[in-house]
Amino acid sequence: MSILVFAEHDNSSLKQATLSVLAAAKAIGGDVDVLVAGENCGAVAEQAAKAEGVNKVLVADNAAYGHFLGENLADLVAEAGKGYSHILASAGTVGKDFMPRVAALLDVAQISDIMAVVDSDTFVRPIYAGNAIATVKSSDSTKLITVRSTGFDPVSGEGGSASVENLDIVKDAGLSSFVSEQLAESDRPDLATADIVISGGRGMQNGENFKMLEKVADLLGAGVGASRAAVDAGFVPNDMQVGQTGKIVAPQLYIAVGISGAIQHLAGMGDSKVIVAINKDEEAPIFQVADYGLVADLFEAIPQLEEELKKVL
Amino acid sequence: MKVLVAVKRVIDYNVKVRVKPDNSGVDLANVKMAMNPFCEIAVEEAVRLKEKGVASEIVVVSIGPKAAQEQIRTALALGADRGIHIETDEEVQSLAAAKLLKAVVDKEEPKMVILGKQSIDSDNNQTGQMLAALAGMGQGTFASEVVVEGEKVNVTREVDGGLMTVSLNLPAVITTDLRLNEPRYASLPNIMKAKKKPLDATTPADLGVDIAPRLETVKVEAPAARKGGIMVEDVAQLVDKLKNEAKVI
Repeated sequence: MSILVFAEHDNSSLKQATLSVLAAAKAIGGDVDVLVAGENCGAVAEQAAKAEGVNKVLVADNAAYGHFLGENLADLVAEAGKGYSHILASAGTVGKDFMPRVAALLDVAQISDIMAVVDSDTFVRPIYAGNAIATVKSSDSTKLITVRSTGFDPVSGEGGSASVENLDIVKDAGLSSFVSEQLAESDRPDLATADIVISGGRGMQNGENFKMLEKVADLLGAGVGASRAAVDAGFVPNDMQVGQTGKIVAPQLYIAVGISGAIQHLAGMGDSKVIVAINKDEEAPIFQVADYGLVADLFEAIPQLEEELKKVL
Repeated sequence: MKVLVAVKRVIDYNVKVRVKPDNSGVDLANVKMAMNPFCEIAVEEAVRLKEKGVASEIVVVSIGPKAAQEQIRTALALGADRGIHIETDEEVQSLAAAKLLKAVVDKEEPKMVILGKQSIDSDNNQTGQMLAALAGMGQGTFASEVVVEGEKVNVTREVDGGLMTVSLNLPAVITTDLRLNEPRYASLPNIMKAKKKPLDATTPADLGVDIAPRLETVKVEAPAARKGGIMVEDVAQLVDKLKNEAKVI
């Protein structure tokens, strides 16, 4: 078996999620090559070559891939992926965008968002927002898979010494072009990979009050998230959303503040190691999944939490 | 321009999902079904394009059992002009759905196809992208804003870390994210009117598409339940537990 892993990156550094995809590849077994597609992405290729268990790094460095447009990436991966038994990408917005397109071009099914590998053609994935877990078996010659990074402990990013090869495949489908992007600037860790996440819900009442959570987050080195209710209410931007329709997180510690615990939110954080819930409604469903629950008014509890943490950290 | 919208009949998002005791799937007997929430957003966007004078006709298509006509009627009540029902009682996986929709696109030649980014049953997030590939169109996935400008459409997409805007040649495929719009409710007069709007029925065989599944579901299980935790008295106790018992801070 031979596996091609699509590297997720920003043209300067490899995303942590790729190391989790490599762990999924390792669980499948076989030779693992990594495809780095981007523009001026040489540093990413060097990083990928150091990751554990990588046989070869293939680099497609061209302006056509600079903004990760799905149309161009799909044409590239459909060609570069020929001969591989498995093609894997992380289930971030880049992988979710281009991978189904590759599947259609190759006339194979895609297995989305796997959280475990049973064997080389059988995989476990959540359905119904994580309220059911399906085991599915593929009969296609090429298995096209997106990987939920929280399901796999990342392989080491150091110690490997894979060869790096340039791929001379330039695919510009001419269907789409990049216009602009607005990326949130933040010094806090990325939600998807943070060891600690503190999230606020509708109980926060407005966006300004999220500053309270940010203070606690800065003490803990935590990422700041939000429930869909808080996003829908316009308190905070959508890229902070944790849940079925937002980001899936599984940190060591998840602190849910003023979040009732709708199914759709639980689907996004239910795999966290330790869950803390702070809510004034003692009937809130979030308490059923919390390891530590505190029934309290968050506007009193969060400043207290900040003070108590200052004492012990 | 003509806009094609695909909608899917799924379990109502408020229904608590139960796994069947024999682990063959999820129990859908006698549960409330509804239009997939992301598909409602797709219908709403098409209707808004029509209200702005950008879209001239909205065709809504659904694949599924006879009962999927209910969801087509809902879309007609919300403002779509006519419906196409591709009737089948078989399981239709994403690639098969994309091939069926491609057959409809070939016939209808819409300038834009709008779909939900994923359905809340299988959570695949695939059909729109697959359709775009098969039809040779560009794709604006996870859209939070759609602006048509002549023969192009600018789509602002919800991506990891923020927003990204792309320009696509028309015809194009767009898949909706949550913040694209807030769907309206159908009024009673419009529901009555929708009953008289045209709805054509066809089948996968009529369209010449093989819908045999590529993935076999081996089993479906309930997720492992978290064991219940404890309630703490105050913040000081919480911090103590996190530091000394859970050892996570």
